[in-house]
Parts: sequence; C-alpha cells; structure tokens
Amino acid sequence: MTQRKIVDGRGSFCPGPLMELIVALKEVQVGDELEVLSTDKGSANDIPEWVRKVGHAYLSTTEQEGTWHIVVRKEK
Amino acid sequence: MRILIVGGGTAGTILANNLARRLAHELKEGKVHITLLSASDKHMYQPGLLYLAVGRMTPDELYRDQASLLEPGIHFHVDPVEHFKLDEKQVTTKSGRMVGYDILVIATGSRMYPEGIPGLAEHAETFYTEASALKMFKRLQSFEGGKVVIAVGVPHKCPMAPLEITFMLHDYFKDRGLLDKVSIHYTYPINRVHSLENVAKWAVPEMERLGITYETFFNMKEVDGDKKVVRSEEGSEVPYDLLITIPAHRGMEVLEKNGLGQNGWLPTHRTRLNLEGYDHVYVIGDTTNIPISKAGSTAHFEADTLGENIAAIVRMGAPVREYDGKVFCFIEAGKDRATYAMFNYQTPPDPKSPTRAVHWFKVAYNKLYWVSARGLL
Repeated sequence: MTQRKIVDGRGSFCPGPLMELIVALKEVQVGDELEVLSTDKGSANDIPEWVRKVGHAYLSTTEQEGTWHIVVRKEK
Repeated sequence: MRILIVGGGTAGTILANNLARRLAHELKEGKVHITLLSASDKHMYQPGLLYLAVGRMTPDELYRDQASLLEPGIHFHVDPVEHFKLDEKQVTTKSGRMVGYDILVIATGSRMYPEGIPGLAEHAETFYTEASALKMFKRLQSFEGGKVVIAVGVPHKCPMAPLEITFMLHDYFKDRGLLDKVSIHYTYPINRVHSLENVAKWAVPEMERLGITYETFFNMKEVDGDKKVVRSEEGSEVPYDLLITIPAHRGMEVLEKNGLGQNGWLPTHRTRLNLEGYDHVYVIGDTTNIPISKAGSTAHFEADTLGENIAAIVRMGAPVREYDGKVFCFIEAGKDRATYAMFNYQTPPDPKSPTRAVHWFKVAYNKLYWVSARGLL
C-alpha cells in the first residue's frame, strides 16, 4: 500500500527543503509519496526541477497560508 | 530530580556544565543529580579535523580529557548506553549499570556513513575522524597534480565543510606551487553551490575568481575506483584523480537498535526539543531530526535553551524558553580569510565578504572552544 510521509522543511534555510527531501527519499520505498512542507517559495520551483531530473514523479504543488505543499513519488 | 545526559560531545558537555552552574545550590543540597554517560574519556574539537586534513592543526590540539571539562558535582562515567527503556525511565549501559532518571537528554551525535555509496569509502578521502583526516593529509602531501573532485552526501555534519575544504584545498595547492597542475571541481546536491542562497551567491564569484569549476544537482550514486569516476543519481559522470568527500551522516546505531527514530535521527519538537511522545525526554545536537544544520553551534544553542528550561522545570515546574533555530557558522574562505553565517527559523543569513579579521577570530575560537565546552562562552 502506498504510504505518504510528511517532510517538514518549514523554517529550514540550511539544509533546506530540497535537501530534506533528498534524505527522506532514501528512507522510503519505491511507490511511496512524500509531501514536502516549505515556507521557502524557491523550493516550489527547485523541488519539481530536481525530481524530474533524477527520475522521480512530481505530483502537485499547493500553497496554503504561506506554506507550500509539494508532493512527489519515489520511482526508483 | 535525576537528570541523565547521554552523550559527551558538544551538546551533552555544554548542557551538563550549564545545568551544574544553574542548579549549583540544588546540587549541593542533594536535590538534583546530574549524570553524564559518554563513550569516551576524551573530548574532541571536531571542527579541527578540517585543519588537520590540510596540515594546519595537529592531533594533540583536538583533544582534552572529558573529566577536565566538567563542573564539580557532575557524575561522569565512560560507559555508553546500550538499552533505552523510556517507558520505565531507565537506561542500561555497556557495563551493565542501570541508571534511572526523571529527565533524560539524548545527545549521542552522528557519524559519517560513506558505506551508503558503493565505492566511496574505498576510493575517497575525507576528514570526519582523526584517522581519515590524517590519511587525507598524507594523500594530499603525495599528490603532485590532477583533477580534484569534491563530492557531497546528505545529510552531513557542518554545512560549511564542502565550501571550506574546497577553498582551503585551493590555498594548500597554491602554497605548494601546484595550482598550474591542479584543477578543482566542486559538486553539490541541489541546484546551487550551497543550501543557503546568500552563501551560494557569495561563493560562486569566489570560485570563478579562483578558477574552481562547479556542478550542481549532483547526488553521488557510485564511485568506480578502477575507472576513477564518480557517477551521480542525475546521470552525470565526473572523472577524478583525487576524490574528496563530505559523506552522508547517520545518527548512532544504538538508537536504531533500540527502535528509536530512523537512521539514528530522533523525531524532535523543533522549539521544545522533546522527543515526540515523551515530555521528559529531550534531544539536542546532531541527533535531532530538526531540519537545521548539524553543527556545533546548533548543539551549543540548543544546550543553552534546554539548560535554562530544565533548570526552570526543577525550580518552577515548567520550561521558560523556546529554541528559535539559531545557528552560527564560520566559513573559512581559504587559509587566511573567513566570513560567517548566522540564521534561525525566521531569518536567513546574509554573509559579508571574507576578511582576515574573521579568519583570525575563527583561529582564536579554535582555542576558545574549550571555554564554550565548559559552558562559559
């Protein structure tokens, strides 16, 4: 069954939400989804770009009250 | 009140001393007991390993006897914990000692984990232990030219280490008169040369000025020692003559063996610093899963906050402060210039141009650390 794990990168300037996602992807199974929470608008662009480049699936981005929710799926 | 601190690194040592001072009266009257359990009778100044790798510090400068750093009244034992029984409020140590507590602080730190990348441990140099830093120093001394590649794993201890070792290597080879025979290629996991945007903006022109090339979106996949190439998850392949790595890190194995956290990182409340699900268990230093830098300053500021809070719990029954995510990192920009980055959960850093003055302050701090460890600075 597909799991969705929250990666809470809010308030993280260093290492930052993308780096937190890279770490989290190592800890989940292929097919699992990760929802990154970020207060950094730049991550809303950076994360989809990296996810596509490395071969995972980018699913969605939504913004709620200053927090971006970026959902990806581990593909390999 | 029995306070048990597990881990004698920066976080555990500063906290123990902080508490011993704040609660001196209660300690004297026997109302409070502070116990510190560590795996070593030595305390290492870990940032010194960077200097050791390029021959700017010697091993003896990195260590002090742990007992010599501690305030009187702290019960210190070199006896690492093997079993955490959180629901019973006790731990069992390697020697078989059972230690109960009312408040537990876990500060066991992190360790490098190059084994996660095939070929990395065998073919790359690094500097996160005394042995590896000495090995890297000797390798550098025998290196007469070629392509030096810096490759970075995540998460890693000391967010400035990738840039610092790159700039220090440049000056190392410059001093040896080898710059015309050496090229330095820097790689980084995300789409800029450092996770902090303002640090990346500062570092790029520095690299271009020094002739250091760089490649972003580079997450190590494997190292082929026969072909001397490092391959990335993103599909890139970079040849090297000398591979230097800032390897990924993990928390300590004992935590995983006890079913705590994942890869040794413990789920920690970002402002209260308690272990999720436990009001009287706290986590500080590298061991937390808080999304901030794994750095000595993080450990220091967390220990300051927690020290104030535990003292308040002893005296008033409740904590008084929240950790604001404060981090302060020096950034060595070569052998004789440095800058710094200071930030918290709300405010990003704004590093200035490197100066000799900040470098000399960092050199001074390499000695002043021992005052910090004693909880005085």
